[in-house]
Amino acid sequence: MSEHSTYQPGTGVEKWLDERLPVVRFAKEHLMDFPTPKNLNYFWTFGAILAIMLVVQIVTGIILAMHYTPNIAMAFNSVEHIRRDVNGGRIIQATHAVGASMFFAALYIHMGRNLYFGSYKAPREILYIIGVLIFILVMATAFMGYVLPWGQMSFWAATVITNIFAAIPVVGNPILELLRGGFAVDNPTLNRFFSLHYLLPFVVAALVALHIWALHVPGNNNPTGVDVKSSRDTVPFHPYYTMKDLFAIVVFAIPFAWFVFFIPDILGHPDNYVMANSQVTPAHIVPEWYFLPFYAILRAIDFNILFIDSRLGGVIFFAGSIVILLFVPWLDRSPVRSGTFRPLFKWFYWLFIINFLALAYLGAAPAEGIYVVLAKITTFYYFFYFLVVLPFLPMFEKPRPLPTSISESVLGKALP
Amino acid sequence: MATGAVGAVGAAAVAWPLINQLNPDASTLALASIEFNLTGIEEGQAVTIMWRGLPVFVRHRTPAEIEEARAVPLADLKDPETDEQRTQEGHEQWLIMIANCTHLGCVPVGQSGDFDGWFCPCHGSHYDTAGRIRKGPAPKNLVLPPYNFVSDTLVQIG
Repeated sequence: MSEHSTYQPGTGVEKWLDERLPVVRFAKEHLMDFPTPKNLNYFWTFGAILAIMLVVQIVTGIILAMHYTPNIAMAFNSVEHIRRDVNGGRIIQATHAVGASMFFAALYIHMGRNLYFGSYKAPREILYIIGVLIFILVMATAFMGYVLPWGQMSFWAATVITNIFAAIPVVGNPILELLRGGFAVDNPTLNRFFSLHYLLPFVVAALVALHIWALHVPGNNNPTGVDVKSSRDTVPFHPYYTMKDLFAIVVFAIPFAWFVFFIPDILGHPDNYVMANSQVTPAHIVPEWYFLPFYAILRAIDFNILFIDSRLGGVIFFAGSIVILLFVPWLDRSPVRSGTFRPLFKWFYWLFIINFLALAYLGAAPAEGIYVVLAKITTFYYFFYFLVVLPFLPMFEKPRPLPTSISESVLGKALP
Repeated sequence: MATGAVGAVGAAAVAWPLINQLNPDASTLALASIEFNLTGIEEGQAVTIMWRGLPVFVRHRTPAEIEEARAVPLADLKDPETDEQRTQEGHEQWLIMIANCTHLGCVPVGQSGDFDGWFCPCHGSHYDTAGRIRKGPAPKNLVLPPYNFVSDTLVQIG
């Protein structure tokens, strides 16, 4: 994209540096002059919000690791020590814990934007797949982080999630013991989760760099889904989108700060303030809210399917609900990117969003009565959307006419 | 080709210890066997003890509970096993099982559920008075650890 840069080394020092390591040129091309569609709405600010959230989590996490002890006898107390004794520890621990929730909130909005505006379609498949891999790694990181305080919910989350691997035929149990480092979740498990919880965010950061690289080859999608045709369709990233992103980050920080300052524990579960006890499972265990939809899918399969028993079935659907995201660019057969111009797709899309929220609700509901039936229906629609709606809807749908360019769509609205 | 093959073997030889260190260590494997005294457990009572880091249920069943378990036809069971197969002869009142639900490993709550045995609060599996799965997502009956009666009141697990 060097043709977009207007960079001319001004001083002798800049010229000397530019001939050896052109970092200033690179920053100017990619962070300042990068041509960006001029019609991006606020849903496009969540990428920047997520980048900031990753930094917040890494910085607070490194600080917490300075005071935390990964040993089953001391972990619980060391977290309480951080909250009560360490200078400012109350705020730093709360920022990290609430930060995980805010991270996922932004992540889900970012992904919802992507599904509506068809940002996963050619030529952005690799960009999208890297995004899904980031999502999977962030889930793994969040799960292992949740185990570290070694409360009741930590322990039983670790037990339930590692047990998922035991459902794999033949090699399941050896894998389970390999993951736990014992016959049950115990000190070796806590130690390795701490090690990996420290490592994975940096792997995520590396993938984010690839994600942005893959973004800067085709450039941003936009709300119309129409390709950029000329320089009239774009504005430079700086100052237009640096300012827009900054404003969005500030707005996003308001609820974040409100949670941290006033209700830091509301997103957690009271049982996690009871130290882990391997003999008693809390009466009602639920994962953190951001895992609820997938948890609902996991337990919706309570019946055997042919030779597959109910446990393996649940695990297959649970894993499938995430793996299926990797295939979305090829499942969706519609040549039109943006949902704005697809009259039928919109209905299925919004039903999918409502269905996803319903799955989250059902994941927290007790596994009995009407909830069991509803969980099966919502699980069915989740897969129906990806496997039937995306591939086959385009056969029956007549998209509305697309604007010829981004400029036309913007000006068409502004003029009477 | 040969160089590549030797290189692959070498890489695997280096990788294996790096993976194998994750497996249960010697101190974990050492806790293989325990003895437990049954005298304190009244009829109808159940306790949870620890074996190899796993919780184990020891339940002193009432005659009514044993009768209830024996009356179930095998055709009604998801994982068919008779009550006799789940206990030891002469000690039918003692039900000794690993206390992790065979679904995803939670500890079920005793004396509850639709079949008077156990109910797992995590995902709603019901077990009967012989610890057999009757309803819900769990695929198997609660697992029996290897154990034998040293005397009428002393049991060795493992």
